[in-house]
Amino acid sequence: MDLRFTPEENAFRHEVRTFFTSEIPLAIRQKVEVGEHLAKEDMVLAQKTLAKKGWAAPHWPKEWGGTDWTPIQRHIYTEELQACSVPQPLAFNISMCGPVIIAFGTEAQKKRYLKPMYDLSEWWCQGFSEPGAGSDLASLKTTAVKKDGHYIINGQKTWTTLAQYADWCFVLARTDPDAKKQLGISFILVDMKTPGITVRPIQTIDGGHEVNEVFFDDVKVSLENLVGMENRGWDCAKYLLGNERVGIARIGMSKQRLSRIKQLAGKVMLGDKPLMADERFAEKVAAVEVELKALEMTQLRVLAEDAKRKSNMPNPASSILKIKGSEIQQATTELALEVAGPLSLPFLPDEADFGTGDHWAAPAAPAYFNFRKVSIYGGSNEIQRNIIAKAVLGF
Amino acid sequence: MDFDLSDDQRQIKDSVDRMLADAYADLKTKAAAQKEPLGFSKTLWAQYADQGLLGIPFAEGEGGLGAGPLETMLVMEAIGRNAAIDPYLSTVVLGGGILRHAGSSAQKAALIPDVIAGTRRLALAQQERQSRYDLADVSTTARAEGSGYVLNGEKMVVLGGDSADTLIVVARLAGAQRDRGGIGLFLVGGTAPGVKRTGYATQDGQRAADITFTDVTVGAEDVLVGKSGEALAVLERVTDEAIAGIAAEAVGAMHALHELTVDYVKTRKQFGVAIGSFQVIQHRCVDMFTMLEQARSMAYYATMMASDENATERRRAISAAKVQIGKSARFIGEQAIQLHGGIGMTMEYKAGHYFKRLTMIELQFGNTDHHLRLLAKAGGLIAPAAA
Repeated sequence: MDLRFTPEENAFRHEVRTFFTSEIPLAIRQKVEVGEHLAKEDMVLAQKTLAKKGWAAPHWPKEWGGTDWTPIQRHIYTEELQACSVPQPLAFNISMCGPVIIAFGTEAQKKRYLKPMYDLSEWWCQGFSEPGAGSDLASLKTTAVKKDGHYIINGQKTWTTLAQYADWCFVLARTDPDAKKQLGISFILVDMKTPGITVRPIQTIDGGHEVNEVFFDDVKVSLENLVGMENRGWDCAKYLLGNERVGIARIGMSKQRLSRIKQLAGKVMLGDKPLMADERFAEKVAAVEVELKALEMTQLRVLAEDAKRKSNMPNPASSILKIKGSEIQQATTELALEVAGPLSLPFLPDEADFGTGDHWAAPAAPAYFNFRKVSIYGGSNEIQRNIIAKAVLGF
Repeated sequence: MDFDLSDDQRQIKDSVDRMLADAYADLKTKAAAQKEPLGFSKTLWAQYADQGLLGIPFAEGEGGLGAGPLETMLVMEAIGRNAAIDPYLSTVVLGGGILRHAGSSAQKAALIPDVIAGTRRLALAQQERQSRYDLADVSTTARAEGSGYVLNGEKMVVLGGDSADTLIVVARLAGAQRDRGGIGLFLVGGTAPGVKRTGYATQDGQRAADITFTDVTVGAEDVLVGKSGEALAVLERVTDEAIAGIAAEAVGAMHALHELTVDYVKTRKQFGVAIGSFQVIQHRCVDMFTMLEQARSMAYYATMMASDENATERRRAISAAKVQIGKSARFIGEQAIQLHGGIGMTMEYKAGHYFKRLTMIELQFGNTDHHLRLLAKAGGLIAPAAA
């Protein structure tokens, strides 16, 4: 047992950090650092830069642009990406739809979709949740009926993140209305320009426009756009949700946020001393740092295990990454809110200097509100507990 | 980065696991051991020696295994898993730690072979009535006389102190009561003239003593840290090693207690069904599991950092680990008793034994609040972003 990074791993960390800080424009990284919303062009530029280097999707197979990095290297990459405030490659392309197409798609589908997915020439969104199908995703009602060599899709999706930018959507739709629950669902790729699709923005409690409702009204899709077998889309969905646990804990991001919080709390005055010098506040920060360090070690244990065993049985500790990771992310937003204090109150949706200068406190409340989502999405923390109870504790 | 055990480590783990699982299979045997004159089983202690476990951290030249915190972790985890009461922490980790870091070659040669053979037990007489968790708070005095010293003062809750053959006494040579300098370390026989020990059982079934020292003379050959008065760095280092040790012990105890609880709620029936079929019980067990894994991660971290050459980094890491261990121990302990219901309240059942030891671990060598305060004062684990 040797719990330290090897010299090679440290050299690798240096290499990725140097690339991120020299090749990803500072202006974009600063936006991420202070919590400003990114423009579509910012995300595209960042991902294209990573793609050009061959680093947009390290966990993909090499022939589709992936790397042969070890799990530990992938962890270092993700941690540095987040620590350097580089926009994360679009999860819908890289962590969700891409791996599904690689695992279940035809050769033609791989050739058609993977490359533009990789460099974000095409933007994907996720058509899973519905008004009546959240945690109980398999109760979804959107239908895809076969007619004249096409699927005709009808229904409504919701919480569709950044659908306003999307070129494509991967949709779960019911292809066999008589089959029970998980059976009878198919995984279908839909061009967002197809007639019959309406995207309606949802304004969220942070004031932002991140999610949407997407309506499908007699949307005609080629049968070739089915991924995997008809009525077996649930296999794809399960694979997608279980794929790539490396980034889910967002350890690098929480580190970066804590580092920023400590910087700001070193400037904000509480009476005649900086807030950071206040014992009560400093101990609250330290308590979150302890939890984060523990989670980082937990993640490393999971990764080391993955690297060694290449087994399909995940380390039981992996299941806590989502729960604890989201709790810590939320704790950082609470601390930031506390640093901003009364200056959190002004609502400045479109200020150009949001997060900087006199408006340094502006992102605190929106981030706090926005981050409530992290314990809800991707399987709520209550669902995660059900999963652990069943899969790990054998209930 | 590699979390696997080497063959040698695996061997140590297997042998200590087997030995303690046998010895502690029955709580009646444990109760009988507690009634022995020493308060633990002399026979079992001899087995520790036979298996080489008492020599783990000592150099090969001194007859030890020349192993490190990781091997100690394996033993301590097994001790925790079995709620064992043997004086490994006091003799090998604390006493042995002081000898390793502060002993002269002559002192090591005189004492360590006996420790390894199981014929000499050590105890670190550090804590005082008022000192709480401040290692520099020392009122026991060491007055120079001739080529040696004379000790006067009182020590409290000396782990394993009631029957230790050799006491290692922390005493002040110079300066005010809480000065960081002016502290010495002295070897004193457990039955030396002027040493008065009041032994007792601790809450977790182990043994300790309050000890007074009245004009106890120490010859030059028994001075570990004298004139220089620089004992504090050694005490901090050994305390950190002990924290890494009890962190592993806590993980062993929490793991066993969690398993016991999950098994229990799967079989305990009320309202015609196993109570483990209720979601509220399942989620509680999951939260305990999360706390266990976070604690395990920090116990590894403590083990990794316990021998770090940079004392500032080492102390930050150890404090962080103790905070997590303390929180996890409290949560898992309390929830385990709650989920067991009445049976958790009896001494006839193992859950209570784990709970009591875990509760004491939280309070030893600095509780959660103490270490959180230290960590916050040291600037935490993450540096602020550059302006």
